[in-house]
Amino acid sequence: MDNSTRQIISILVNNQPGVLSRIAGLFSRRGYNIDGLTVCATEDDSWSRMTITVNATPATVKQIVAQLEKQEDVVKVMDFDPVKVATRELLLIKVAAGGAKRSEIADLIALFGAKAIDVTAESMMLELTGSTDKVDNFVRILGEYGILEMARTGGAALERGAGSLAGSKKSED
Amino acid sequence: MLLSGANILVAALEEQGVRNIFGYPGASILSVYDALALSSIRHVLTAHEQGACFAAEGYARRSGRAGVVLATSGPGATNLVTGLADAYMDSIPLVAVTGNVPLAQLGHDSFQEVDIFDVSMPVTKYGIIVKSASEIAPAVRRAFALAESGRKGPVLIDIPSDILDCAAEYEPAEQERPLPLSPSETDIERAAALIAAAKKPVIYAGGGAAAAGAETSLMKLAGLIKAPVVTTYMGIGCCPPDYPHFLGVLSDTNAKAAAAIAECDLFVTVGARFNSRYGAFGVLRKKRIPLLQFDSDRAEIDKNILAALSVVGDAALALDALLPLVAEKEEAEWDYTSLPDMAEENRGTRIIRALTRELGDVTVTTDVGMHQEWAAHNAIIRTPRRFLTSGGLGAMGFGMGAAIGAHFASGDTCLVVTGDGSFNMNMNELTTAVKHHVPLVVAVMNNNALGMIRKLQTARKVKGSGVNALYLNVDYAALARSMGARGVTVTEEEDVDEAVKNALDGPLPVVIDFKLPINTGI
Repeated sequence: MDNSTRQIISILVNNQPGVLSRIAGLFSRRGYNIDGLTVCATEDDSWSRMTITVNATPATVKQIVAQLEKQEDVVKVMDFDPVKVATRELLLIKVAAGGAKRSEIADLIALFGAKAIDVTAESMMLELTGSTDKVDNFVRILGEYGILEMARTGGAALERGAGSLAGSKKSED
Repeated sequence: MLLSGANILVAALEEQGVRNIFGYPGASILSVYDALALSSIRHVLTAHEQGACFAAEGYARRSGRAGVVLATSGPGATNLVTGLADAYMDSIPLVAVTGNVPLAQLGHDSFQEVDIFDVSMPVTKYGIIVKSASEIAPAVRRAFALAESGRKGPVLIDIPSDILDCAAEYEPAEQERPLPLSPSETDIERAAALIAAAKKPVIYAGGGAAAAGAETSLMKLAGLIKAPVVTTYMGIGCCPPDYPHFLGVLSDTNAKAAAAIAECDLFVTVGARFNSRYGAFGVLRKKRIPLLQFDSDRAEIDKNILAALSVVGDAALALDALLPLVAEKEEAEWDYTSLPDMAEENRGTRIIRALTRELGDVTVTTDVGMHQEWAAHNAIIRTPRRFLTSGGLGAMGFGMGAAIGAHFASGDTCLVVTGDGSFNMNMNELTTAVKHHVPLVVAVMNNNALGMIRKLQTARKVKGSGVNALYLNVDYAALARSMGARGVTVTEEEDVDEAVKNALDGPLPVVIDFKLPINTGI
């Protein structure tokens, strides 16, 4: 019985060398599979934010959070409720779209709110920002035209409302 | 005051009350040796960095305070890894200080350069690379605080050698001991209710109980509810052997303990985890026996088996808060001792019993193999911190270094129970024991084979795959004498009690080569 679901775990960590390695190592060592990982600066220079997407059962997510919380460099961990969180990722994708196909692709661009950022005689490079589902969908449809290559950033996520990870950390101190 | 990095390091170690450190010199760490020469700290030079790391572990396991090990860059540092992993698995407080190549040479594959910070990451609680002399004292303070707090463990400090020679301002600071984690009152109340409702509770005591100094409270609880107590290897000594409901150490050969666990209606763990070594835990899941877990590490809760209730925090604080809420039972409400005592007996177990009986208040260390099981079940141990063994990692070669460290922590005479396979790994530390007059009794259970491997390979029944027989015919008594220790050989025919008495009659350290039949205990 596999009741795995996609979960987003947001981690506030000390911004210093070795932290990414330690967190990533924890995931590989304990066999937790990472679907997506982004690391970025925060409003406070001493911290970084890591957003990790995992496909895991609730019990595994609970264990991951417990393991993360005991890391010395982890300031705060939040296992987001998918309903209460806004996630976005950025996609750059190159498709083989010359000639006649181009107008069909233009329709898709309009439909998804994507942008064309480079065009050659045989190809187009597109940019899309959106939820993971939306990006997945876009990639799937473009597959029919022949994807030359693509890069996507993995999710950035913030909880909706006025609260913040750093704020909840400060209120604990 | 303005001091060199090396002097700051040594001053910061003195701040923490460090009296002994174990180590091995090399080019990248020589400045520290200069500073140590002028300090109050005694440096114990071992034969190998692994021996030094095990000695620091033995020191920590015996004393409860962090052990300190010092090594140079590259091979010096990598030789610590087994000891670090051992300390990590058994939650032993340890601070490892390694020198590294000069800052500007880091990352250039310099001579004797290894990125030990990264290498040690999965086997340490934390690691710090120091990049300026002013960071040394804070790094040392942080390393001790981390190693000795919560779930204890090893911390590594890596210092490029030129940083040791840079000067920085140093201000002595009061040593701050982190406060143990207090458990939640609600959890304690719920735990008391669960215990009150149980008719057949079993207590499982682990290294966490010993580490927190919770053994007295643990035995008070056991006495109140008349519960049988089983220990892990790490928990040996938490329950004195004369406690009427003591069921011994949990292992696959302890049928009595396994039977009691299968029949209990509440399994109470104190600072013990569920490892993969024993099959006995499957029954908890299968029979849905409720589990009440006391642990200082939240991540241990529900990790391998789901708990009905958990109390996260220091074991001593938790049990002390629990005791007033627990009512005394007149007598045990169940009969868990229907099985006869089926503990295995053989020449090896008789030797270990005789040795611990003769030596009295001795600290026992073991290596890993058949003799480790024999010692765990047969050594007479009355208090925690007196049976030091590689519980989680199962590292052969642990015993010699650990015993040397334990002696420096306590002044104890130490009994090293080892086998010919394990002794071959780190027998070099006998030279350390001789040099420092460490009173060791090294009992080599010599069956001329890797006994445990022989047992496993015999069970696999594959012809020709057995590489367990050693047939080295090493004369360990002569070897001991060649290193300056006393050496005694005890043949298979001699009477155990008499031979042990005779062998112990003389100066220490002594190596006693107990010749055993090759299939002893197999």
